[in-house]
Amino acid sequence: MNARLYEPRITITVTTLIAIVVTILPLPGWLALVRPSFAVLTVLYWSVAAPRAGGLTLGFVTGLALDVFRGSVLGQHALALTAITYIAVREHQKIRSKPAFQQSLIVLGALIVYEFIVFAIDGWTGHPLASVKRWIPALTGAIIWPLVTAMLERSHSPR
Amino acid sequence: MATFGAGAYRSLPGRGAAPGFRFTLYATAAILLMFVDQRRAWLEHVRYALSGVAYPLQLAVSEPGAAWRWVRDSMQTRAALAAENAQLRARETALETRTLRFEALERENGELRGLQTALPPVADHWLAAEVVSVEIDNQRQRILINRGSRNDVFKGQAVMDSRGLLGQTIHVGPWSAEVILVTDAEHAVPVQIERTGVRTIAVGTGDKDNESLALPYLPDNADVKPGDLLLTSGLGGVFPQGYPVARLAEVRHDAAQALERFRATPLAELGRLHEVMLVWFRPDHPASPSKPTEGQLTHGNPALRPQPVPPRPEPAPVPASPAATAAVPPSAALKVTP
Repeated sequence: MNARLYEPRITITVTTLIAIVVTILPLPGWLALVRPSFAVLTVLYWSVAAPRAGGLTLGFVTGLALDVFRGSVLGQHALALTAITYIAVREHQKIRSKPAFQQSLIVLGALIVYEFIVFAIDGWTGHPLASVKRWIPALTGAIIWPLVTAMLERSHSPR
Repeated sequence: MATFGAGAYRSLPGRGAAPGFRFTLYATAAILLMFVDQRRAWLEHVRYALSGVAYPLQLAVSEPGAAWRWVRDSMQTRAALAAENAQLRARETALETRTLRFEALERENGELRGLQTALPPVADHWLAAEVVSVEIDNQRQRILINRGSRNDVFKGQAVMDSRGLLGQTIHVGPWSAEVILVTDAEHAVPVQIERTGVRTIAVGTGDKDNESLALPYLPDNADVKPGDLLLTSGLGGVFPQGYPVARLAEVRHDAAQALERFRATPLAELGRLHEVMLVWFRPDHPASPSKPTEGQLTHGNPALRPQPVPPRPEPAPVPASPAATAAVPPSAALKVTP
């Protein structure tokens, strides 16, 4: 618990940057289809583990970066990410105390909310592309969540 | 990053006013951004600056692929290179032979159009650009190229490869530009069927596995056959007239959806793009893209614009003598000078 209190700002920034790179890395075919948004997962992790440093500001800035890289309407991913970060920061104590499987379920819910906001804004701004495939990253994100937490925990806990 | 480590609500574990207030702030900011971005006024400048910042990262991310290509290229054997060289030579000869008659045809075309002198080609100049990253999935088919406004690239510029039309630029940064491909579901290009001259609009299907364009606005009984060539029609203000876009691949009259009735495959090789061409067109050329006008045709060569109806020749006054009538035949006013 002590490790979580000092809230490593540099670690947060570096891991989020890496996560953004992995999120926008060009991948072939089906890999790109099932790739979860690592940037969103990382921001979620830091919102739960270090809500003071890795909270809403991190979510907003990361979302803006995703908007720029994806070429979407500026603010789209920022809004979606801010929304789920808010939930994560509010409930961070409850989420932290849950076992891994339940955490994954909560993350699945958050990712669905995220994808839904992105989808809704796509519709309002005149790009309605409804496809089952756009929900796949939410599912894979929830599946990979325990792995992401394990990796990020090692990044800031003393060995 | 004032909030980083500010410790404003250290004693309040997550709950309380601080996250709620900041959520409201950021959400409002995001919605405002979207609103302004949709109106596309000054936010294009913000995007321009941001894409300049983002470009080094995008370049770095694309490096592994480029490095792999470089390794593969440098591993090529002498024999393979020689074979490729011979092949390119043969192709060059073939192309040169094909363009032998080009100038003569150009002049002949100008004469047929009633122009005194042959026009220069509609393309003013070209610039090769390298593809930095490719984003092809079922929703978006975009590429990022390594030329931006520093190379005079502008928004809505036509992008081609040696076979045909690829797409157009949609966001331009200082050193990079984003190109939307013709197969993107959000892209539409006004085309003309080469065989019949019928004009329609080809929209991208966004289909990742089977890159194609659809012709949803053609009636079911339209005269099209597989193999028909689609050329740009010059309407719409982006692409000039007469550049090849796609070849009709499939006609299904029983299709339930209009998007599935006529499918065309793009001529440009969208699957493996490394280099593309940016094109600048002469704005005063008759084949250059015509901008939408407000009811009045004002674009293009003045000589080719629809002319007002010439005034009717005055009915000759009461013939004083047959010689006077013969001197000014009424048809003289209508005669077109060659």
